[in-house]
Amino acid sequence: MNDKRARALLPIVLAIAGGILLFNLIAFAFGQAPASALRLAFEGTWGTPYGLGQVLFKATPLLFTGLAFEVALRAGLFNIGAEGQLGLASLVGALVASNLPASLPMPIALPIVLVTAAAVGALVAFIPAILRARRGVHEIITAIMVNRIVDAILPWTFSTVLGSSSLRTADIAPGAALPRLDRVIPSFAGSAASFAFPLAVATVFAAMALLGRSRPGREIRWVGLRPEACRAEGIDVERRMLLAMLLSGAIAALAVSSTALGYKGYYELGLGAGAGWSGIAVAMLGRGKAIGIVLAAIFLGTLEQAGLAVNARVPREAMNVLEATLIVLVAVASRVASQGARAAASADPEPEPPRDKPAPTPASEEARS
Amino acid sequence: MSSIFSLTMLAESVRIAVPYACAAIGGVWAERAGVIQIGLEGILLTGAFTAVAVTHATHSPTLGLVAAIVAGVALSLGHGQLTERARVHAVISGIALNLLALAATRMGLRALYDSASNSPGIDAFRFGPTGATGGAMLLRVLADPVFFCALAAVAATPFVLRNTRFGLRVRAAGENPVAAASVGISVTRVRLAALAVSGAICALGGAHLAYDQQRFESGMSAGRGFIALAAVVVSGWRAGRAALACLAFGVLEALQIVLQDEVRKTAIGDLIQTLPYVATLLVLALAPRRAGAPEGLGKHAAE
Repeated sequence: MNDKRARALLPIVLAIAGGILLFNLIAFAFGQAPASALRLAFEGTWGTPYGLGQVLFKATPLLFTGLAFEVALRAGLFNIGAEGQLGLASLVGALVASNLPASLPMPIALPIVLVTAAAVGALVAFIPAILRARRGVHEIITAIMVNRIVDAILPWTFSTVLGSSSLRTADIAPGAALPRLDRVIPSFAGSAASFAFPLAVATVFAAMALLGRSRPGREIRWVGLRPEACRAEGIDVERRMLLAMLLSGAIAALAVSSTALGYKGYYELGLGAGAGWSGIAVAMLGRGKAIGIVLAAIFLGTLEQAGLAVNARVPREAMNVLEATLIVLVAVASRVASQGARAAASADPEPEPPRDKPAPTPASEEARS
Repeated sequence: MSSIFSLTMLAESVRIAVPYACAAIGGVWAERAGVIQIGLEGILLTGAFTAVAVTHATHSPTLGLVAAIVAGVALSLGHGQLTERARVHAVISGIALNLLALAATRMGLRALYDSASNSPGIDAFRFGPTGATGGAMLLRVLADPVFFCALAAVAATPFVLRNTRFGLRVRAAGENPVAAASVGISVTRVRLAALAVSGAICALGGAHLAYDQQRFESGMSAGRGFIALAAVVVSGWRAGRAALACLAFGVLEALQIVLQDEVRKTAIGDLIQTLPYVATLLVLALAPRRAGAPEGLGKHAAE
């Protein structure tokens, strides 16, 4: 058992070590002494309470988007449309929040905004979802198309519908705002970490538990593993795919809590952009475990904040290069690890259904391994 | 209406269609060999950046073109190594490739030109007559060496795939990798070779995109790689039809440019920019279900 856990952790450790090595190489290419940029990055993140608060702030939207990618992946789907889902949901959510009466108390106002945002996120995800379920069109192409359409709708809404030249919404009602964490942890003062962070962590654990334990959650997973078997068993495969994708969109949309609600107090063009992409890396590093997703989000949040800390010497885009490389590194490392595990499989037999011949690795598992 | 049926319109359509068509042909090569390739977008972007960076440094668009092709082949082979040898899921590898290309070109912009948005202007190929008439524009588009290369790729791909030994092996690896391996074809090597061709042609499209704008802009591929992929799907993985689908997209986008000034005044305004993406969604929604996909797409010869 211990050996198994070590084997699951090894790819992540290897990938992170590789990532740090690569960061040093990039920093070196930009004329920095190898360890100095790394030290700068550390000091700007975990070195001070403020830096730590910023790390949590950067990690919060990634918790949602990472969970969103994971939920779709369970059904064997790749939801790379979180950018668009979050974008449109942020706009609509902030518009609703800014039109709520100022006297509305938080227990009413906040759920209204979050539910609206989630509904919009699910609606945006509905287009790739229904095309996949009904027409068999790969969700990746359609999700990118929807992303580009949302990219055009956002500025259009500001300039044409709202007639606002500043490309931002009005301030949200106080009841819809999430307070900063420095209210309870004074040393975070100045950082943008808000109560959206504990909300996000709770969402990750709750959603992962529901996915693992509830009937629909388990069916989503089965559909990702063996769609044909599910069809034979009478499970409506298309319907479960649709559900997973809509859930994924709704969860991605909840990231608005950390940007418009917990940080700015309004939505402006570009707020929260990029979180959808980083969420993919979070899900890949998270290995399908709640705690994994939380740690991966904090790690990538650290990278983002570190990027700002070193920006004067090494472009912060280096962190995005690192992120993309990490996806590959962890995929390769875990593939190697799982092959090692397969070789050792005779030593510790796993409870597996009997089968006549080795079935091909299902999409949802292959993507991770 | 006269502006829609004119030589200007034709010239614009062809010019716009080239990067789409190159990416689509690249997609056909990769996927007919059985490798899912959603990284076309990243290869387009990398090709564009490399072409501009090398042209800017050497003042030779020819060298820029060669460098773009080399970069495209390298990226495509990297994808192949990951999917075929390391057996990483091709979609994950493709997503990573796209993210890497986006981030690396941005970092390159910062490093080389200290800019977050675009490179300085370059002198790309300039052949054909000057002048703003439709005929002159069309001649300029047709006399472009990158256009020649793209046209050659479009014309040669169906022939090579259908009539040569290499093309047959590529199709065998894509349709049934197990059977291909059983008759002694090295599926991995065939796929890597097809991916090299795919990367080269796709990068050609990136170079065209950049030379057309005479500079590199951050994220300038703007979803073209994915639209090209949609063209591949709709065409049933056939090169000629995919190129035609891309030309249709070129017409649509040219139409958008021609109509832009008039539409801007209406309530639709900038939403006209979404036309290519909406059209892609509609075409995908209405096209027949996955007809013509290579049987062995994403499958391996041995577990």
